[in-house]
This record gives sequence, C-alpha cells and structure tokens, in this order.
Amino acid sequence: MSWMNAVPVLIGLILSPLLFGIINRVKAWFAGRNGSPLLQTYFDVFKLVRKGMVYGTTTSLIFQLGPALVLTSVLLALLMVPFGTMAAPLSFKGDFILLAYLLGVSRFFTVLSALDTGSSFEGMGASREVQFAALGEPTFMLGALLMAIYTGEMSLSGMVREIHFEAVGGQSAAVALLVAAWMMLLLTENSRIPVDDPNTHLELTMIHEVMVLDTGGPLLGMVTYASGIKLWIFSALIANLLVPNLHAGAVTQGAVFVAAVLLIAVVVGVVESIMGRVRMRQIPKVLVGATALVATGLIMTLAG
Amino acid sequence: MTEYRPEYRNVAAVPLKDIAQSEMASFRTQVQERVAAGGLVLSFFGAPIDMEMNLICVIGQAETGALHVFRTAVGESYPALTPTIPQVHWFEREIAEQWGIRPEGHPWLKPIRFMQRAYNGKNILSADGADVQVGVTDYYSMEGREIHEVAVGPVHAGIIEPGHFRFQCHGETVFHLEIELGYQHRGIEKALVGGPHKRTPFFMETLAGDSSIAHGIAYAQLMQALTGTQASTRAEYIAAIALEFERLANHTGDLGALAGDIGYLPTLSYNGRLRGDYLNMTGLICGNRFGRNLVVPGGVNFDLSPDTVSELKKRLDVIFRETRISVDLLWATPSVMARFENTGVVKKEDGIALGWVGPAARACGIEVDARAHFPFGAYREIKVPVASQESGDVYARARTRWQEMENARTFIDTALSTLPDGKVRADVDVMRKGALASNTLVVSLTEGWRGVVCHTAITSGEGRFAAYKVVDPSFHNWFALAMSLRDEQISDFPLCNKSFNLSYCGHDL
Repeated sequence: MSWMNAVPVLIGLILSPLLFGIINRVKAWFAGRNGSPLLQTYFDVFKLVRKGMVYGTTTSLIFQLGPALVLTSVLLALLMVPFGTMAAPLSFKGDFILLAYLLGVSRFFTVLSALDTGSSFEGMGASREVQFAALGEPTFMLGALLMAIYTGEMSLSGMVREIHFEAVGGQSAAVALLVAAWMMLLLTENSRIPVDDPNTHLELTMIHEVMVLDTGGPLLGMVTYASGIKLWIFSALIANLLVPNLHAGAVTQGAVFVAAVLLIAVVVGVVESIMGRVRMRQIPKVLVGATALVATGLIMTLAG
Repeated sequence: MTEYRPEYRNVAAVPLKDIAQSEMASFRTQVQERVAAGGLVLSFFGAPIDMEMNLICVIGQAETGALHVFRTAVGESYPALTPTIPQVHWFEREIAEQWGIRPEGHPWLKPIRFMQRAYNGKNILSADGADVQVGVTDYYSMEGREIHEVAVGPVHAGIIEPGHFRFQCHGETVFHLEIELGYQHRGIEKALVGGPHKRTPFFMETLAGDSSIAHGIAYAQLMQALTGTQASTRAEYIAAIALEFERLANHTGDLGALAGDIGYLPTLSYNGRLRGDYLNMTGLICGNRFGRNLVVPGGVNFDLSPDTVSELKKRLDVIFRETRISVDLLWATPSVMARFENTGVVKKEDGIALGWVGPAARACGIEVDARAHFPFGAYREIKVPVASQESGDVYARARTRWQEMENARTFIDTALSTLPDGKVRADVDVMRKGALASNTLVVSLTEGWRGVVCHTAITSGEGRFAAYKVVDPSFHNWFALAMSLRDEQISDFPLCNKSFNLSYCGHDL
C-alpha cells in the first residue's frame, strides 16, 4: 500500500458532495429551471459547521454523538471501496461484509438518534428506514456473492479487478442484472425517488429526512456530508462494474472512473425527473424486485 | 308534511316577515324533510333578530334550484339536529361557539375556531365557563399497545396556513384523523355587523384570498339585491370570466402541487409557471392578479377593450394548450397514476350525508354545481356542464378539476366572443343611509373553485347588516379530508390533503 492508494479516498472525500449538485442540476434542467449551484452542498456543509448547536430538551448523549458515529462509519466504509483498477486502501477477504455492516452501523446510529428525540415523526421515519434497509440487504449480499462466485475472489478489490466488460463476456447479462439491482439499491439507500423524496417538506411522507429533523448546525453538516459519502460509495460500487479496464495510465483510468460515478448521479437525476414516488406500501415490492433481479443473475452465474 | 314551504331563487331579497318563525319542532321537521328530499344545508347559523335569538337554516335543492329558508326562535339550548342530519355537525358546533347555545345531544361538541367566548359573552365549551384557550380541547383518541398518535401542526414545515391534525395510527395505517382549525380566526363576521362599512369589500375579497372573485361576486350580488340594483349583462360576463380565470389558475396550481407531492417534477414545474400565466390574465383585466377590486356592487370596475378581449383570447389559446400538455403528463405517467388511483377514496353516500360541495363532492358522483343548479350572473345564459367522476379518489378529484378547466376555457371563449355591449357599472352607493332594504334576508350563492360559496345577509330596521353569514366551501369539506384518511396510509396524507386543498382562512374567517 503506497500513498497512491490514498488518492481515490481523497477524491471521494472531495467530490462526494458534488453528486447532489449534479442531481439537482439535472432535475432543474428537466424542469426548465436554472437550479441551485453545483457546489451548493459544499456551501451548505460549510455554513452548517460554522453554526452553533441546539439540542432538543428530550435528547441525550446518543443524539449528540449520533452524527459523528454515522460519519465515522461511512468514512471507514469508503476505505474499502475500490477505485476502478486501483485497489482500495483497505482490502481483505470478506471486506464486503464489513462494508455492508459499517453502513448498517451508520444507519443504526441515525435511527438511535432519531428515536432519542422522542418525536413521533422521527420514530415513524426510523421504522420505515429499518424496514426498507432489511429488505435491501439481500440485494447487496447476493450481489457480492455473485461477484465472488464469478471471479473467485473474496475481496471487493479483487472482484472488481476481474469484472470488466472484456472479461465478463458471456456473463454480461448477469452483471447487467447486478447493475440494475444495485441501482435500485442505490436509490433506496440514499433516499432518492422513487423510494423517498429528499426534497419534500412533508414530514409524513419522509423516510430518511424525517429522522434528522431535529438535527441542526454542525451535526446536520456531518449528516449531510455523510450522506454524500454514502451516495459516493454506492455510485463507485456500480461504476466499478461498468468501467472497463482501458489498460491506460492511472490518471486516465481514474478520470474515466470519476466520470462514470458522476454519470450515475446524472442517471439518478433523470430518474427523479421522469417519475413519481411509489406508494409507501409498494416499496417492499421494489426492493424484493431488486433482490429477484440479482438472484436471477446469481443463478445465471452458477449455471454458466 | 308541512304545508307552508316557500321557495326562493339564488340572490332573491326576501322580507323577513315572509319567513315565518316556526316552532322548534316544526323547524326541525321542515329541515329534516328538505334534507331527506336531497337538500344541501348551505348555511345554518344563529342571528339575533329584533332582540331575539333565531336559528336560520338555508337549504338548497339542486334539482329544482330552489332555496329554502327556515327560522326558529331559540333559547339556551335545543335538541341537536346532527344525530339525524350529520351534515349540520360543523354548523352546530359553530352555533354553540358563537352564541353559547347548546345543541343537546351533539356527539362531538367542541370549538371549531377557538373563539375565547361567544359573541354574547357566554361560554359553554370550556369546563368552568372560562375563556377557551387556543388548541386546548378534547381530542378523539384510541387506546392500545400498538396504537400511536401523530400530531402535525399548527406550524407546518412548508409555508402554508396553520391547522392542527391528529392521526390515530396503527403502524402506517390511519384509523382516524381529527382536524382542528381556527388559528386564522379574524372575527370577520363580527366586524361585518352594522355594515356595510368602508372596509367591507376588502374583508370580502380576503375571506379566502385565493377565492377573491368568488366571494367578491357573492357580496356584489347580495348588495345588488338589497339595493334593488341590476348589474348589466356585460358586467356579469366580465365577472364570470374572472371567476373562471380564478378557477383555471387554482386548478392548474393544484394539479401541479399534486404532482409535487409525489415527487413528479415536470407537471409541478410547468404548472407553477402556467398558474402565473392565468393570474396574469386576471391581472390584464383589472390590474390585480387575484382580481381584487374588480367585482363591486353594481357591476365591475374595469371594462374590457376590444384589444384586451383579443389579447385574452390569444393568450388563453396558447396557455391552455401548454396546460393540456403538462396535465396530460399526469395521466400518461404510470408512477403518477399508481399514486392517484385508489388513494384517499371517499364514498358518495358519506358525501351526501355530510354535505360536501365543489369538485371534491363531484369527484365522488355528487353532481351539485351552483353555476348549473343555482345559476347566477352570466351562468344564466352560458351553461357550464357539471364535471364529475365516480371513484372519489385522488385521481377523481384531479380529473374533475381538469374537466372543470376544460369547461372554464370553453366558457371564457364563449363569453369573450359574445360579450354584450353596455355600461359595466351601475351607480349605486351602498354606504348611503337607507340604500339597503331593511328587515330583509338575502342568500347569495356562487360557485368558487372549491365549491359553493354562500353569503347570507340579514338587514336591520335601519338597513344595516344585523347579521352577515359567510360559508366558504372549505367549511363543508374539511371533514371530507378526515374521511378520506380512514384506513389510508399516513404517508399519503399530504397527497389527500392537496387533492382537496381547502382553505384555512376561509374556514376560520
């Protein structure tokens, strides 16, 4: 491991808030508006961290520590995400399980902070978040299993080194199903349309946003930044499946990879622009559908 | 059957002596018979007439276009009508709140506006006769280990009016929603007594700011009836054109907002702009986008020049075509239809029993429209078809609004093309002493974009307002929203709410 391995992580840290800017600009373009600046999330985070703290009177230490723990767990998770052909700084057999559960830890503390406020809204949001996360988990795990079986590798970095278009060949259908399923997972995990609507002000319809209604100032800054990183992690995982090995220099390869990640943000923006949210009751069907897709891919891999 | 049953038309001035004061028992029978015959209670209120408290009930019979007015003297209390006529439940709560008259046997007697005390100082809605505190009252509640209560408002996350909503939930499912309003109570009805004052027209146009024209016309018609003035046909046409533009603007905005509530951006964005275009057309007519100061007793303040007429036609043509494209996106997008259909379903029989009005009622098959059934102004000459749907869900309410927009467009086209000549304003000074007929009652109905607007005025012996009762369509329909949430997902509340889009200030007055 050299200092070079730190570069992808740095790029993730720097560029992740940009994803929200891109999504919002795409949505604005569809709506015929100018939209907020590309760098708006940076401004927001910068503004929030300079603010003072206000805590609800019903909250305890858990609420105050929550956002820091959330941010820490997603930052740790980021260390395990490979960057195209470049291996992740932290890579070992079975790292994908740790990745999944670090994200689980971040969710756990988000939920705990939400419940700590005692607000009926936040409790409702926490209940929804946990329900849908449980249904999303098989999609991630089966996807990782698919890659492991196909590549014979047990670490994420090893897997993505082997999965690129020229190598995939006959299995491209299985990988395509995996990409589709993980895209749905990305939309769910990052509370995007059609599962959740990050821009709504309607507390009763929110899933993720409602859990941080009582959070403000630097804590909200941390939560916002953490959600940017989380979106980056999922986008990067999918980009890893899409970007071929160009056998080019690290800079070119890296640039293509970053472009792919940003392109995924564009796709998210397009999806949000052309469809509405599904009814809350129907969300499990979406998630089970994603699991079915990845399971089909898995069967194809096993049979092929 | 009672034999004496006078019928009046919309905006007829009736001398009070012609409205016989019935005994309470006979009053109840008459009201019950009219309601049983399909009548809609348009207004039911207490008013002091000649130092004596009266209950006055105005019932509209859509089939015949007849209005019935019944009155009876009342003391401290009377047997509530609500148990047999559910549609008066809100009216009876209002009577109890405004006059301290107890409707005995009312199933859920509590304030609707949190007035501190009744006009006459009585207070029967707090335990010990103390002042009613805002927001402090009994709420319907359920018990059980898995039941949870969610309280929303009165301060909301968006820039909207205040109202308090309490949901009794089991998981995501709502068993019951209770709506508490009154946070916008301005005391307008009280301020109108003794009028008309200089401020009266301004009160009228801001009863519900998005229905300025509807309330403006209702007031103007009423004053014309009281002063014996006739507005010219041209003036009536211009007022009706403005009323339809108001309908177009609000329905456009609401269809966009419905899309916004489910995160469907295209229609949200386009309709936001198109709503402004319709408001601008109203602005073109009178210089104010909400049509303030356009409709006045005696006619309208602004005439339409031939240039304005052709400009309006031209703009309407373009804007409406764009609106159609934007709204058609809703019906053509599966993810939108999946949310609209079977969400917030209300039943026709509930609507009839509870007396719902406007597009909300028509969306479940209750075809009542004051323009068609109690025609006024230009609607006596240009007929508007009654838009309606059967399913009573969010889709039906959206679709009904779209039908009404198509009808409004046709109406405006026709009215602009057949605009009669003449003066647009008759000279009438409502402030002049003796200008208004004394001891007279007038009921004036218009069909605003939310439904029927009912103004009832009673003049004193000096020809001033002894009572002025305003019933905004929201007053009838708030309970429809509560009904639409029964067994619905709590996450669909905003969508259901928007599909009715009721007025808080129009209710709170």
